[in-house]
Amino acid sequence: MTKYRINKTRFIDQTKNVSFTFDGKTYHGFEGDTLASALLSNGIHLVGRSFKYHRPRGIMSCGSEEPNAICQINNNTEYTEPNVRATEIEIYEGLKASSQNCWPSLNFDIGGVNNFISPLIPAGFYYKTFMWPKSFWKKIYEPLIRMSAGLGKSPTKPDPEIYDHKHEHCDVLVIGGGISGIISAKIAAKNNLKTILIEDKNILGGSTIYQNNKNFVIDGQKSNEWLTNEISELQKLDNLTIKTRTSLAAFHSYNYLLAKENISDHLPLDKKDGSIRQRLWKIRADKVIVGAGAIERPLIFNNNDRPGIILAHSVKKYLDFYGVSSGLNNIIFTNNDSAYETAVSLFEKGISVKIVDIRKKSSSSIIKNAEELGIEIYWNSTVINTFGYKKIKSIEIMNLSEDGSNVTGNKNKIQCDCLAISGGWTPMVHMHTQSGGKLDFREIDQVFVPSEKNENHINVGSCNGDFELEEIVKNTNNKVKTFLNINEGGFDKISVLCSKESEKKNIWLLPNTISESKTKSFIDFQNDSTAKDIKLALREGFKSIEHVKRYTTTGMATDQGKLSNMHALGIIADTAGVKMGTLGTTTFRPPFTPLTFGAIVGRSVGKFFDVVRKTSIHEWHIQNNAKFENVGQWKRPWYYPINNENLYEAVQRESKAARNSAGILDASTLGKIDIQGSDASEFLNRVYTNAWSKLGIGKCRYGLMLNEDGMVYDDGVTTRLGENHFLMTTTTGGAANVLSKLEDYLQTEWPELDVYLTSVTDHYSTTSICGPNSKKILKKLFPNKDFSDEAFPHMSYQDALIDKIECRIMRISFTGELSYEINIESKYGRSLWESCIKAGEEYKITPYGTETMHLLRAEKGFIIVGQDTDGTMTPIDLQMDWIVSKKKYDFIGKRSLYRSDTIREDRKQLVGLLTDDPNEILEEGAQIVSELDKNPVEMIGHVTSSYFSPNLNKSIALAVVKGGKKMKGQKLFVPMENKNINVTVSDFIFLDKENKRINA
Amino acid sequence: MFIINCPYCGERDQSEFSCGGEAHIIRPKQPTELNDDQWAEYLFMRKNIKGVQFERWNHAHGCRKWFNLVRDTSNDKIHAVYKMGEKPPVI
Repeated sequence: MTKYRINKTRFIDQTKNVSFTFDGKTYHGFEGDTLASALLSNGIHLVGRSFKYHRPRGIMSCGSEEPNAICQINNNTEYTEPNVRATEIEIYEGLKASSQNCWPSLNFDIGGVNNFISPLIPAGFYYKTFMWPKSFWKKIYEPLIRMSAGLGKSPTKPDPEIYDHKHEHCDVLVIGGGISGIISAKIAAKNNLKTILIEDKNILGGSTIYQNNKNFVIDGQKSNEWLTNEISELQKLDNLTIKTRTSLAAFHSYNYLLAKENISDHLPLDKKDGSIRQRLWKIRADKVIVGAGAIERPLIFNNNDRPGIILAHSVKKYLDFYGVSSGLNNIIFTNNDSAYETAVSLFEKGISVKIVDIRKKSSSSIIKNAEELGIEIYWNSTVINTFGYKKIKSIEIMNLSEDGSNVTGNKNKIQCDCLAISGGWTPMVHMHTQSGGKLDFREIDQVFVPSEKNENHINVGSCNGDFELEEIVKNTNNKVKTFLNINEGGFDKISVLCSKESEKKNIWLLPNTISESKTKSFIDFQNDSTAKDIKLALREGFKSIEHVKRYTTTGMATDQGKLSNMHALGIIADTAGVKMGTLGTTTFRPPFTPLTFGAIVGRSVGKFFDVVRKTSIHEWHIQNNAKFENVGQWKRPWYYPINNENLYEAVQRESKAARNSAGILDASTLGKIDIQGSDASEFLNRVYTNAWSKLGIGKCRYGLMLNEDGMVYDDGVTTRLGENHFLMTTTTGGAANVLSKLEDYLQTEWPELDVYLTSVTDHYSTTSICGPNSKKILKKLFPNKDFSDEAFPHMSYQDALIDKIECRIMRISFTGELSYEINIESKYGRSLWESCIKAGEEYKITPYGTETMHLLRAEKGFIIVGQDTDGTMTPIDLQMDWIVSKKKYDFIGKRSLYRSDTIREDRKQLVGLLTDDPNEILEEGAQIVSELDKNPVEMIGHVTSSYFSPNLNKSIALAVVKGGKKMKGQKLFVPMENKNINVTVSDFIFLDKENKRINA
Repeated sequence: MFIINCPYCGERDQSEFSCGGEAHIIRPKQPTELNDDQWAEYLFMRKNIKGVQFERWNHAHGCRKWFNLVRDTSNDKIHAVYKMGEKPPVI
């Protein structure tokens, strides 16, 4: 055993040796140790450097509140994890940890110079300093701040670990496995309620489980022995699930809670393999009992941050739980009774201990116990300074004046290697407030306690402000009984003996002989904010706690101010002369402790990140070398390169083929909505801008759908299949939203209409064949069908059979070419597609993707909703007045088309653009200006679609330009990074304005 | 993450629903007879109350029905749920 492992406890298996490295050096600990307890057992206190001044810092606590001991784990790998609290991680064979925030090394850190220039870097230093000169920002300030900011190092590769999510439902969820949580869980489970108890440590029992002190007795047994028996009884209960190593992350309304379970973090490397690392539980509980406990407060005095200064109760836990003494020559500095338990524990193990107490006296049983043992106590005294750079060596104490605002008498210097400090206890009200609960301030011991009765959750134990053992046991029993409506708690006749604190005294900032500006009394240890920073912020006019917090960064580190918030509030209240209760607290936001991104995303990574939708022809596209484009969740063929063609070359070839012979497109992703009912045509009248009542059966019509604000929302062709039966198509990306919008109007505005909507997007596969030879190909596929213009004109549809399978043929066109779309049940989609390819072989039928489709329709000046429109374009802006019915009384968006704003003539309007150099292709999204020498230059529009047209042999573009309708022939400019491109406004239909090709 | 008692399906998690904003804003029967201000009042003006608010909700990942509910936006307490067309309760 090492020099500091002085005690055998039943919690640490000292037969199981575990070796690990810290900053490259190998150390030994035992199974059950945390990294912090193992380091302390090796005499190591110095574990990090502070954030701003780079002061040496040591382990300060034993839990999630730890501000200093944050480490980098597995530093030498690509999967390294930063900001792990040494007080929480359990050691395992092969663990590699290192300190962070120091350079070049922990023992010699160049940033330590900040400590000596600290008078120059007060609160708000960054805000005040890096303001000027402006030119310094990019080259000097920002790189400098970036180098010195941040805590650990990020991993460089994706996390290979497995994370999981699971849902859970229960009658009662108990948060916290301390004594109050155990009593609550037992009462609930024994009364036939499905109960879950979660505890963030690896074993149950909280701080009572190692409270081996004769002053704390329950039913004649020492409290730790009594609790041990209770826990073993608890484990026999059938309807109780105990989850250890599980910490609550968030408590949302309606008792919806998130808890993170560590499954394999503590296992040796060879046993981690393949195991889930962490699981996020999503729990919906009927009732929640919070027993989250309390966190010990530090004391605020000059140089209160040296390695070796530890919270008093943490010293006790390291000793009584882990068997490790933090020092061999201890001083306890306290304002309350609880630290005397630490003193007695140390003394009983034969370790030197003295006590400095700011109170004048106290007379509870634990104090008497300490006095009887002969422990030296300095009453009415305060620490005014500490010494020792990398570890505390001595302290200076003085007496307090009558009112505690000053120090008197002589300085007394005392040697020590550990200073255990206790400023009282702060109830963990985070859970209560996260769920929407309010707080009350209790003057007597200066704590915020949960207020307001919530019918679905209660707080028990020290998180409710009950600090004495007797209060905890009895109040928990009574509260839980009432909460769960139970008559017999099982702990009704229990007898509890405990020490009871009679004297209370609290001084947020302890007085000193030297002026405050020369002291460093740390409040937030992780962010290095001191008492004088808080006072400076107040002097500079910050009043709200939320502002002071942000200006000084107090409470904004990874520990979220668990140790610092109360002192910041206290000092603000004292300085401003207001009552603490009126200041309120900052907001406690989830998560309670940091969550890994892995736990948040769970299994939704890689191919499970999002749904991928594929058409039934997808495999054929892959086999034929398609490059894909994501359109919403759909994978659509983008282009089909042959022999190393690039996008441009492939699209030029595909476009020419479609115009000169035949092209084939998988259009299955277009949204399809089946509309039936006696009012179907009236419904279409109301949702589209044009008229639908007179559309004949077997005919197709293009429709434009607006939002109520008059802006174009979607478009597509709708076919009348029967008197009361239509098939609507929508844009690929808009399908789900269009259906929702239509359902909304049907259910809420027009419930009188007899209309039924069914999404059939996935039910039908759509193959589109276009080009001058398309009719010949269709004839080969459907030899019995008459494809003459008279029998099967443009914008009509017919049923047909292919291999005895029913399909629908629409003669509609999005390319301006003669074009047919064949809809068939999805399962036959690929078969039909391959038949088309085969039939088209003699015409060199060419599969084309979305890019060619976009080019072909741009040549014809057909818009794409979402590309040429952006939610601010009316049909009038798009020069599509022809599709807006003047006769219809109403349709969605009609009234908005003549609002004062929509009739402005200087709105952005759709135009064509031709570059003066026909080979120059504009960039989509490029801005358009009319004058180059005006300053500032006014941007009058932007390019929405741009291509090189192989059929016209020149560059073409669609754009939206302010007042563009009246600008035909006008010269404009598209300024780019290196040049200005001269363009001329043109008609936006570039090809076949007379529609000859569609009827070719 | 509250629980909504869908009038058609019963209690379901909030994640199954989508909110459609303020309830009981009736689309004018004769929009063309409204002046710009009146139309803008219907089109744009919505309340955002801290407290009891009447809202439209849709069971989007369930029965896809729209309905109304009365929610206190300060604590998410739901006071009532009722079908479209039903008279709003007095809260």
